[in-house]
Amino acid sequence: MTWDRAKLPWLPAAPADFRARCKAVDAQDGPCGGALQRLATHALSGNQLNRLATSLGRVANATPLAPFRLGLLSNATTSFIGPAVVASAARHGLAVELVEAPFGQEMQQALDPASLLNAAKPDAILLALDHRAYPFLALAETDQSPAALDHLDTIREGLAAHSGAAIIVQTLTEPSEALFGSLEPRVAGALGASVLAFNQHLAQHPRPGELSLDVAGLARSVGLDRWHDPAQWHLAKLPFAQEMLPLYAEHVARLLGALRGKSKKCLVLDLDNTCWGGVIGDDGMEGVELGQGSAAGEAFAAVQKLALTLRDRGVVLAVCSKNEEEIARQPFQEHPEMALKEAHIAVFMANWQDKASNLEAIAKALNIGVDALVLLDDNPAERAQVRGVLPMVGVPELPRDPALYPRALLAGGYFEAAAFTGDDRMRAEQYQSNAKRAQLQGSVRDLDAYLRSLEMVVHFAPFDAVGRPRITQLINKTNQFNLTTRRYTEAEVTAMEADSSCFTLQVRLRDTFGDNGMISEVVCRTIDPTTWDIDVWLMSCRVLGRGVEKVTLNEVVKHARAAGVATLRGCYIPTAKNKLVAAHYPNLGFSLVDEVEETTRWELALDSYAPHAAPIVIEDGFDSPRSSGAER
Amino acid sequence: MDDAAIYAKLTTIFQDTFDDDDLVPHGEMTASHVEEWDSLAQIRLVVAIEMEFDMKFAVTELGTLQTVGDMVALIRNQLP
Repeated sequence: MTWDRAKLPWLPAAPADFRARCKAVDAQDGPCGGALQRLATHALSGNQLNRLATSLGRVANATPLAPFRLGLLSNATTSFIGPAVVASAARHGLAVELVEAPFGQEMQQALDPASLLNAAKPDAILLALDHRAYPFLALAETDQSPAALDHLDTIREGLAAHSGAAIIVQTLTEPSEALFGSLEPRVAGALGASVLAFNQHLAQHPRPGELSLDVAGLARSVGLDRWHDPAQWHLAKLPFAQEMLPLYAEHVARLLGALRGKSKKCLVLDLDNTCWGGVIGDDGMEGVELGQGSAAGEAFAAVQKLALTLRDRGVVLAVCSKNEEEIARQPFQEHPEMALKEAHIAVFMANWQDKASNLEAIAKALNIGVDALVLLDDNPAERAQVRGVLPMVGVPELPRDPALYPRALLAGGYFEAAAFTGDDRMRAEQYQSNAKRAQLQGSVRDLDAYLRSLEMVVHFAPFDAVGRPRITQLINKTNQFNLTTRRYTEAEVTAMEADSSCFTLQVRLRDTFGDNGMISEVVCRTIDPTTWDIDVWLMSCRVLGRGVEKVTLNEVVKHARAAGVATLRGCYIPTAKNKLVAAHYPNLGFSLVDEVEETTRWELALDSYAPHAAPIVIEDGFDSPRSSGAER
Repeated sequence: MDDAAIYAKLTTIFQDTFDDDDLVPHGEMTASHVEEWDSLAQIRLVVAIEMEFDMKFAVTELGTLQTVGDMVALIRNQLP
């Protein structure tokens, strides 16, 4: 069977009794989110997505799926897109509540503050608009993109202003019929050329807080003739061939997942027949196929190169292989065609234990969740074992031909990102230095001496435009060290910067091993002239146990006092993932005010506060604010 | 493929589309026989049939459909 992206081939095939399993969940009491997510994690057809969406709509308790309200605005029929997105979003850990705008009401919905979409205050609004939503002609005198962009601007600005939602803008798919043939892109007024100009403008002028759904790229990857189905458009105003629905919905869903921090962080590589051809323990260094000299060798080298490129964009690499460790490491050290070196691998697990246990150990060593892992493994039995024991791990099905492994891995979209920041580029390096720090910690008896040896420097600054993307990213994906787990969109973060009743703090950390980038954030809101409430306090777990939270509190108190505040309040809202900080406030000297439904509220009197000591040098960016854009 | 084989495949598609394990399509069946069979279900049905039989129907053909038997005739016409 050929590998066909439209059939979501990286996902395992749906069970034959899929509908019966949906019914079983319908009849179940208690939280059903996990069971529905497992059902969603198959290659589902349009009908199956529809069935699963029905179950998701019926379920009373979707825990642990995270609630997400999605607005949908389209110039076409959304009756199929809606349920397909709801079902696909469960695959990415979200329980989507859909707000569908009436057909063909784009402008009214955008401009009327009381419209259905605006009033619903969705978390995000998908502008599912194709070229037929815009004032395009098959041929005009001049470039038609400016008028189309004006039309889009009216819609996006209206919705952004009235709904506060993150807007998702689609790139436009070119029509598959080019009026001029090869000349089409050169005739500025032709539809094809104008659509290209429109997309180019979107790419070159990203708007803060907006997300892009690259439908044009999606259609290119399957082919424009397959994408466009004129009969279905004429029959029912379906914007693209129904056969593409599962693929389209998956791409929407993974973008929402990325927005909520559900993307994977670490690629775990099997070795034999995944990173090279053959079995190193049997075939030896000379026997394995890798690199120039054979097509198969080049294909495996391409897998390694992809892993390295992913590392460059911030994905941590690990190895999990059933092998003797010494033998498994040998190619990394000595094989001349290995692009991957030991230095690229943050955790190297080569032993005879089952892969699920090893994956748990890798996650623990990196201090990330098991649900942040992707396993690339040629062996179907290993894949099935891992999926059975750890359903939250991303395990792409692979085609028979290793030449297609890179395509299959990337098509799975495990590392989807809503934004790409300078900090992301450094991420893999950071996790790796972390593993090194952990080693150092093991060799140094005295924790204080260890912390001093790190020569830490913390930089404090208020929220600013430069930090905004990373600030938003941390707010939406930090789960463990997060006192309130309140999520805010980039638009809301922007609003905080200008809000004089808001105190905002971004914290950066560097040490002898390198720059950790932005690792912590605090937002305080003024309750009354003498009281601040800590609305957000979060920190990346990579820098846990280093005293950063102590100097952060010192900094907050300093500013609170300067503002005439006498009392600092904070609360701990427990979730499934933030037990870590249950004792955060008492540890820092706060006293308990009350406990309501497991949420504990705490208070700190500032008149008697003595600053905490920690071996960290402070750089205060409040005195000399950085000029916007200086670091880009 | 004879008509019996076509109906066997259609039965699975109908049960899937209407989420009803007891539904068995027959030649005289029309949309009025199935409660859930509205215009949207009609599209889901046609698309599922097109994908299962690996064929496409023309807009001119789809407009004339009345019964399941009409649908089977369309399928038969396109089979090799």
